[in-house]
Amino acid sequence: MAEYDFDTEGVKKTITFLNRKAPYGTIYALEVLESVLISAAFEQHANIVFVDDGVFQIKKGHDTADLEMKNFLPTYGIIEMEKEDADEDEDMDMNWRIIVEKESMEARGLTPDDFKVEVEVLSSAELADVLATSDAVIGG
Amino acid sequence: MAAYSVNGADIEHDEEGYITDVQQWNRDLAQIIADAEGLEMTQEHWDVVDFLREYYNEYQIAPAVRVLVKAVKKKFGPEKGSNKYLYELFPYGPAKQACKIAGLPKPTGCV
Repeated sequence: MAEYDFDTEGVKKTITFLNRKAPYGTIYALEVLESVLISAAFEQHANIVFVDDGVFQIKKGHDTADLEMKNFLPTYGIIEMEKEDADEDEDMDMNWRIIVEKESMEARGLTPDDFKVEVEVLSSAELADVLATSDAVIGG
Repeated sequence: MAAYSVNGADIEHDEEGYITDVQQWNRDLAQIIADAEGLEMTQEHWDVVDFLREYYNEYQIAPAVRVLVKAVKKKFGPEKGSNKYLYELFPYGPAKQACKIAGLPKPTGCV
C-alpha cells in the first residue's frame, strides 16, 4: 500500500456544495448533505448553495410517506445549527453560508419564507462570484 | 426477527441489537439493552442517551461525535467534554453503544 504524508494541520479551504437536483428520486441531495456535515468535522469554510430544482431540498413540508423514503428535510437543520454554532464561537474559524439562487427560487414561485433554514438570496451573477472564489466546487 | 421483551411487549431488533423502530423505545428497554451490554447506567449515561434522542428527534440522524462531545462539555463541564470521557461511559463507543441504548439506528458514518 502506498504511503501518504499529509500535512493538513491548519489547512482551510472554501468548499462550495452546489445542490441542483430535487431532494428525492436520485441520491444526489442526501449524498451532498452528508458531505456537508462531514466538512463540519474538519472545520472547513463552506457555501451550501441551492439552485435549479435543488431549491426544493429545503422547501418546508416534505411528505415522503408515499415514496417509502426517509424524510431528511429535518437534517438540513443541522447545517443551520452548525453555522450558528461557528458564528458564535470565537475560537472557531469556520465560515458557512447558506445560499439560494434568486432566479431558481422565483421561477418556482418560492420565497425565503418557504425554506426550512434561513438563507441568503443571491442573483445568478453574484453566485458566479461565490463559485469563482471557492477552492473547490462539489456538484450534486 | 429477534426481539427484546419489555413489560410483556416484544420490541424487534436487528442482529446487532439495534431496535428497528425508534418510536418503540422506552426507558425500561434502554435499561434492558444496557444490562445486556454489561453497563451500569448512571445519571451521566442517561443524560447522554437523552441528548441523543432529542437530537435524533429534531434532525432525524444521530449526531457526529464532535457534536456530542460539545454538548456533554456544555452540560457536565469542560473536564468531561472529551472523547475519552465518552468512552469511559460507553466503552464500546458513544456512537455504537450509546446509540443502541438510545434506540437509534446504527450510525453509518465514523465522524
